Amino acid sequence: MLKTFPIGGVHPPENKLTADIPIEYLPVPENVIIPVSQHIGSPANPVVAKGDTVKVGQVIASGKGFVSANIHSSVSGKVSKIDLAPDSSGYRQTAVFIDVEGDDWLDTIDRSPDIVRDIKLSPEEIVKRCLESGIVGMGGAAFPSHVKLTVPSGKKCDVLIINGVECEPYLTSDHRLMLERGEQILAGVTILMKALKVDKAMIGIENNKPDAIAGMTRLAESFSGITVHPLKVKYPQGAEKQLIKALINREVPSGRLPLDVGAVVHNVGTAHAVYEAVQKNKPLFERVVTVTGKGLTKPGNFMVRIGTPLVKLIETAGGIPGNTGKIINGGPMMGKAVTNTDVPVVKGMSGVILVPGEESVRERIRPCIRCAKCVSACPMNLEPYLLMSLAERNLFERAEAERVTDCMECGSCSFTCPAGRPLLDYIRLGKSNVIKMARQRNLK
Amino acid sequence: MSSTVLITIISLSLLAFMSAVILYFVAQKFKVYEDPRIDEVQAALPAANCGGCGFAGCRNMAEALVKADSFDGLNCPVGGAPVMAEAARILGKIAPVVDPTVAVLKCNGSPEFRPKTSSYNGASECRITASLYIGETDCSYGCLGNGDCERACAFDALHMNIATGLPEISDDKCVSCGACVKACPRNLIELRKKAKKDRKIYVACSNCDKGGPARKACKVACIACTKCQKVCAFNAITIENNLAYIDATKCTFCRKCAGECPTNSILELNFPPKKPKIEAEAETANV
Repeated sequence: MLKTFPIGGVHPPENKLTADIPIEYLPVPENVIIPVSQHIGSPANPVVAKGDTVKVGQVIASGKGFVSANIHSSVSGKVSKIDLAPDSSGYRQTAVFIDVEGDDWLDTIDRSPDIVRDIKLSPEEIVKRCLESGIVGMGGAAFPSHVKLTVPSGKKCDVLIINGVECEPYLTSDHRLMLERGEQILAGVTILMKALKVDKAMIGIENNKPDAIAGMTRLAESFSGITVHPLKVKYPQGAEKQLIKALINREVPSGRLPLDVGAVVHNVGTAHAVYEAVQKNKPLFERVVTVTGKGLTKPGNFMVRIGTPLVKLIETAGGIPGNTGKIINGGPMMGKAVTNTDVPVVKGMSGVILVPGEESVRERIRPCIRCAKCVSACPMNLEPYLLMSLAERNLFERAEAERVTDCMECGSCSFTCPAGRPLLDYIRLGKSNVIKMARQRNLK
Repeated sequence: MSSTVLITIISLSLLAFMSAVILYFVAQKFKVYEDPRIDEVQAALPAANCGGCGFAGCRNMAEALVKADSFDGLNCPVGGAPVMAEAARILGKIAPVVDPTVAVLKCNGSPEFRPKTSSYNGASECRITASLYIGETDCSYGCLGNGDCERACAFDALHMNIATGLPEISDDKCVSCGACVKACPRNLIELRKKAKKDRKIYVACSNCDKGGPARKACKVACIACTKCQKVCAFNAITIENNLAYIDATKCTFCRKCAGECPTNSILELNFPPKKPKIEAEAETANV
């Protein structure tokens, strides 16, 4: 029996249309828009001014505080302005606009294709390099990686878990990365192991990627301490707590972090970025983005410079099909629709999905029929129907007692609801109000 | 048979008498004194329990009024001056004059001015839409049109207009309890000082973006050009965060600012129709 997490979960149609399409380098666009806030935590401070010339890999905004990340220029050229630009939700945020001139990389970046395995840096230097290179979680949440690599005193990490699950339908960027950059990923895992001072790393990959499992298993033989584990296909296995439960059968308590059970989880994309930062001195300024959708003529996986307008990516993939109803940033389960195709690619963007009109409309909302399918689907053991009712009626204290903050917004409840109820919409509302309440309480 | 009935009646009567005696003493011992004026004041209040005064309901307001040394800061927006005067009479105090207010919507972005750029079919509550994304138009400050304010209004004073997608407030029904102000996730509703004949002049926009993007998103957006500020002779207009604001306590309803506004974002309501322009100009020249 394949391993998986025991509670809840759903299995949406996989639709991995781009699984067999190799990663293609997207040409450098004429101009990029690089937002200074691409991560969880405080936005970075721009350190360049209008008119400055920048090189590929140069710091253009420096992280402010511990939970923040540096932002690097992904192109060479001239800063045309620092202004507000809409992000994928449409709200306007500070961004650095750069007009591209040539492709002039910083000399410190090692552009040779050789794979460097032996690690010269000490654990502290690795963490520092991740901080400097602006590495964030590449799975979608974009949490600054150096924070996760810093084990607070009194806590101990004994296993590193690498997330190669990619449980979201449609997305194949991690899958392709594992197939094409397996050795780099494993070298990155070794670096992460050294930084965390652990001698064991487990890579979890869902069973719908047999080629990646086989490839990674073969490559892992030459690395000590790394094992590859096939997992049963079930959404949301890529969530930290679910993956830990599936792989090492430890349960992260409510409101606690994986580190409390001795584990740290990083994505394969992050491992790859860490490898490039540590061994090649290349900061995070490009990533793999899956551009897919049933109507697209040339869907694919693209290596894209951060800040490239979405429209460039979609053009390369064959342009927006006529019947497109929605363009989603991220996976179909957790991603959000974008309001505008001029928004830039950011560090946490793993995919862009063009959904046909008829599939993009949400179901009509009908009354709850008390079937409790949402309760069975919830991987966090919550009662979504109840949380929704509580949030609807502004009963946020009760929602807090029902542990609404445990919700990771995977959307399994809304997906499974036969009455088309917007469960997650309301749970998210409840969650944000409870977090606000808790913050006010702490201030008092 | 009859003796059973008799015994029952006697024993129960005894029990009842004894309980009554005990209860009498307990009631004396644990008596809570309540100022009888609280009931009187509460009877004078409108019993709307809307929370507009800042208290949970009319009873709490009555308690607060009885306890308070002066009426400063205590006002029932629903009852207004007559109710406060009655409460003051009961308590032998003076009710300060509080200007009545009315709710106004600081957005005029109907579809004709503010075109839709996306469509939303998720949970139709503004508070949810606002946390998800910018909304169906390009303005990140304007009305989302899902009617959280309408649901919050307990006085039937606020209704969504289907054609404009904006709430409409009926001045005669609005009691300025502030429920809609709290309900709006974008803080678009303001309680403004009421004027004669319900006349109003205010900036019907909340967009804090610079002129360019604001105008691009909506034709009637305030672009902070400062023209209104310059023309105002009473220093009633301030411009902050790329947005003009008319202070209702200073405004004299001269209507000059509305004429200056290049985007028509200043609304003038319930005024008699304007005289032809030449005459109006001549009149101002004479003044």
